[in-house]
Amino acid sequence: MSVLELRGVSKTYGQEPARVHALDGVDLSVQAGEMVAVMGPSGSGKSTLLTIAGSLEEPTSGDVLVCGMALAGMPPGRKARLRRRVIGYVFQDFNLLPGLTAAENAALPLELDGVAVPKARAAGLAALDALGVADRAGRFPDQLSGGERQRVAIARAVVGDRRLLLADEPSGALDSVNADEVMRLLHQACQRGVAAVVVTHDAQLAAWADRVVFLRDGRVTGQTSRPPGPESLLTPGEIR
Amino acid sequence: MSVPHVLLALLAEGPKYGLQLREEFEAGTGEVWPLNVGQVYKTLGRLERDGLAESDGTGPDGREKTGQKRFRITAAGAEALAAWLRTPPDLTAPPRDELVMKVLVAARVPGTDAHEVILAHRLYLLELMQQWTRLKEGEARDDLGLALVVDAELFRLDAVTRWLDAADTRIRRAAAEPSRPAAVPAAVPQLRRLGARR
Repeated sequence: MSVLELRGVSKTYGQEPARVHALDGVDLSVQAGEMVAVMGPSGSGKSTLLTIAGSLEEPTSGDVLVCGMALAGMPPGRKARLRRRVIGYVFQDFNLLPGLTAAENAALPLELDGVAVPKARAAGLAALDALGVADRAGRFPDQLSGGERQRVAIARAVVGDRRLLLADEPSGALDSVNADEVMRLLHQACQRGVAAVVVTHDAQLAAWADRVVFLRDGRVTGQTSRPPGPESLLTPGEIR
Repeated sequence: MSVPHVLLALLAEGPKYGLQLREEFEAGTGEVWPLNVGQVYKTLGRLERDGLAESDGTGPDGREKTGQKRFRITAAGAEALAAWLRTPPDLTAPPRDELVMKVLVAARVPGTDAHEVILAHRLYLLELMQQWTRLKEGEARDDLGLALVVDAELFRLDAVTRWLDAADTRIRRAAAEPSRPAAVPAAVPQLRRLGARR
């Protein structure tokens, strides 16, 4: 079953003649354990796709299903619960709350969802541990490096039993080696069964995905097919 | 890729036999660049001729052997290696890149959708980058040589995809503003001359 499914999703802003078609009949299906990267130039609709998939915005037409549940017509309270329980978000600028420690930040979605504090904290610590930053649990965001902050942000996005991870330029301003680490961690989350959509303009980040979808003017113009395994790269002709 | 200088680098660590050099060369480059043994001995012969390496004709068991020489780097070889490491490769002339030619042609041929042409190449490059990234995820995690080679390939392919993105945007803008001049005339003859050197 698809964790995320967009069927003919369109989104327009403004009125004619100045109407903008941010998304135009987009179909996209993401399975459990799959990472899909969305690439496209500025204004192609990448971020709109992510906010609609995350139920933060309504499409003008078309259907969005998360774990088989249609978002259209879903009462606001239920939608908010879905966002807290099923969907994790990773933002470019981490968006950690400065007054909370790493462990408190990671546990926050569960606490907001009414999970008892000790249980939520334990789950937050487990998520930090899986991302290799358990020893930073008691530190505040301004006491962490950029790479550590992003790990905490990913821990917060996957804490509990999240099924769908939505990431907008998740490596932020990190250098390429640290950006690699962030993508490796997101990929590992997918290997544990999470579905992920990563919006990026960076081909090196997109290359971590199982599938790369190209958007242009709000339409899907192409997508990669599953490439052969890396073994084929290791048997080139001998050099001169 | 300069095989002689990489062999000199391996000899700088201490005397070695030809087969050993081949194995270490392949391991050091993440086994991405295989090297045949004939090529190793041919290159060692040239290094010896040029006074950059010398051999003692002793086999692994310490006995005199004609086919299994042990090679060591000379002072001149160490100097040549140090100079090579610090000499930037010639990147001044733009290569005659087939992909660049295809996009230039696509932008001119009537009835051709340049965006579609660019997208086809971009998809191919991304699939190639996905393959290299899988290596980074697996074997390259604990193999520094392979990690460096994989990074180099990914940055090279990334540069091409970024150029394709820029080309796509430029061609689109040019189509939307047809009255603007398509090229800066002064730059063209100079590039042609540079390209002609290859």
